[in-house]
Amino acid sequence: MVMRKKLLSYMRAQISIAIFDKMSFKNLSDKVIARVKIIVFLLAFMPLDKLLLYAYLNNLGANPIEKITRVTGYWALFFLLITLAITPIRRLTKWLWVMRLRRMLGLFAFFYGFLHFLTYLILDQFFDCEAILKDIIKRPYITIGFFAFVLMIPLAITSTDSLIRRLGGKRWRFLHRLVYLTAIAGVIHYWWLVKKDLTEPIIFAVVLTTLLGVRVFYGLKSIYKV
Amino acid sequence: MKYYKNKPISSSEITPSYLFYARRKFMQLVGGATLAAIMPSTVWANDKLSASQNVTYNLKDELTPYKDVTSYNNFYEFGTSKEDPAENAKGLKTRPWSIVVDGEVKKPKTFDIEELLKMAPLEERIYRFRCVEAWSMVIPWIGFPLNELIKQVEPTGNAKFVEFISLHDQEQMPGQKSSVLEWPYREGLRIDEAMHPLTLLTMGLYGELLPNQNGAPVRVVVPWKYGFKSPKSIVRIRFTESQPVSSWMQAGPNEYGFYSNVNPDIDHARWSQAKERRIGEFFKRKTLLLNGYAEEVAQLYAGTDINSYF
Ligand code: HEM
Repeated sequence: MVMRKKLLSYMRAQISIAIFDKMSFKNLSDKVIARVKIIVFLLAFMPLDKLLLYAYLNNLGANPIEKITRVTGYWALFFLLITLAITPIRRLTKWLWVMRLRRMLGLFAFFYGFLHFLTYLILDQFFDCEAILKDIIKRPYITIGFFAFVLMIPLAITSTDSLIRRLGGKRWRFLHRLVYLTAIAGVIHYWWLVKKDLTEPIIFAVVLTTLLGVRVFYGLKSIYKV
Repeated sequence: MKYYKNKPISSSEITPSYLFYARRKFMQLVGGATLAAIMPSTVWANDKLSASQNVTYNLKDELTPYKDVTSYNNFYEFGTSKEDPAENAKGLKTRPWSIVVDGEVKKPKTFDIEELLKMAPLEERIYRFRCVEAWSMVIPWIGFPLNELIKQVEPTGNAKFVEFISLHDQEQMPGQKSSVLEWPYREGLRIDEAMHPLTLLTMGLYGELLPNQNGAPVRVVVPWKYGFKSPKSIVRIRFTESQPVSSWMQAGPNEYGFYSNVNPDIDHARWSQAKERRIGEFFKRKTLLLNGYAEEVAQLYAGTDINSYF
């Protein structure tokens, strides 16, 4: 409780510094960006914190494994879409600094995706390789989820500064277009796995379509300008 | 008095021992005959429902805790997440309640819930309950065989199927504001399945009246079929000549068949049915053919390959 209060007041202080010291979001100093990053970093752990706390309190409901699978899958997709929202946000607001949050957000998408995969591998199937293989081959929603997860791996690996340099900006950008495929596969995965109530998958699909649509729009605009 | 290992007992329910002994003494004094005279005429009081243990259907598996049975429910009338029914079913009014029984019967009749509760001796039966989503529970239901009710209305020779229709009332069932399924919820059985002694007209669980989220005040439990074949909060039972179309058949004709017998060899369109997770257990267990009731119900499907029923 004390920890949480301290954390909250720290965040509040950082936010007010960010807002009132600069009075502008367009350009933030490195110092402020570093603080924003810390805040985002802490916030991004909250779903996991909550999961761990509930697990500790034995409060994950009648089917804890299902709950963990769903929470981690949900946040993997959530962070993926947040990551994809960064570039459109920069374009709309001209806040350049938001780009500096992108890598971290993308890595959180991978982090939750990885936890989601581990939950399936260990808690759900308990390394039953035969059942897992069958699942991947026979269950379309698992096939596409697996596809989405595998595509995230090279992106996560090539996220370090040195690898970005080694690959070169052009090749790196090309490789990282895979993120669009991952996101599309993630949404299809969600769409296919729900039994009947499509509300949530529809929300994700609309957001993703918007985010990709914005890119198409800017792409076409730049083509016709030339 | 039955004792449930998993059911939490609030301290208010526990009688202090001095009172307990005083009361016992008093009862002994008053004597059996007088006791019967002063007992309330209903079989239930303060949500408690008394029933005798059925010795045949008395599974030795560990019971699923009361808390899980009443907080993890698929009951789309109250929302599509598992936690929704426990939250949203509080407003369901279960009294007065009646069931209309009609269709291909000689004696159509409307039964009041109080009348149903006294129609036949209540039994407690511990059944496996297997959801199509590959999880399962072990639940002590209270009720009596549905065939007791069926015999009273005398089905005609044309009655080949039985259709169950659940309550349709958006005010009490907020989930019905969404068209996720076609309302009212409808399910159906072949008449011989409905007559089978395992098919239980159910009014209670864990020694009490059915909690709202479990299908109060009256439902049917068909233990060898997937859970959605066990309709809840029933208001009408109709006997028909042609096979009724259930809500889930309409929702996904390729995914939910009319029979939907528990069968580890027939996968659901999107997931395997070979194994299940028993709520409360870590490792999955193998799913049993006809949910472990093959011996009792196999003759219903004799002469045909059980895998041909969908
Ligand atoms: C190895 C790959 C994967 C496997 C085996 C897998 C498996 C699963 C399973 C079994 C569920 C639960 C289904 C249920 O409870 O009915 C699920 C849910 C989900 N998964 Fe995955 N998944 C994989 C990868 C991914 C990836 C990469 C993402 C995101 C980009 C993702 C996003 C989701 C979402 C959003 C849900 C639904 C959460 C909810 O119900 O709120 N999954 N997944």
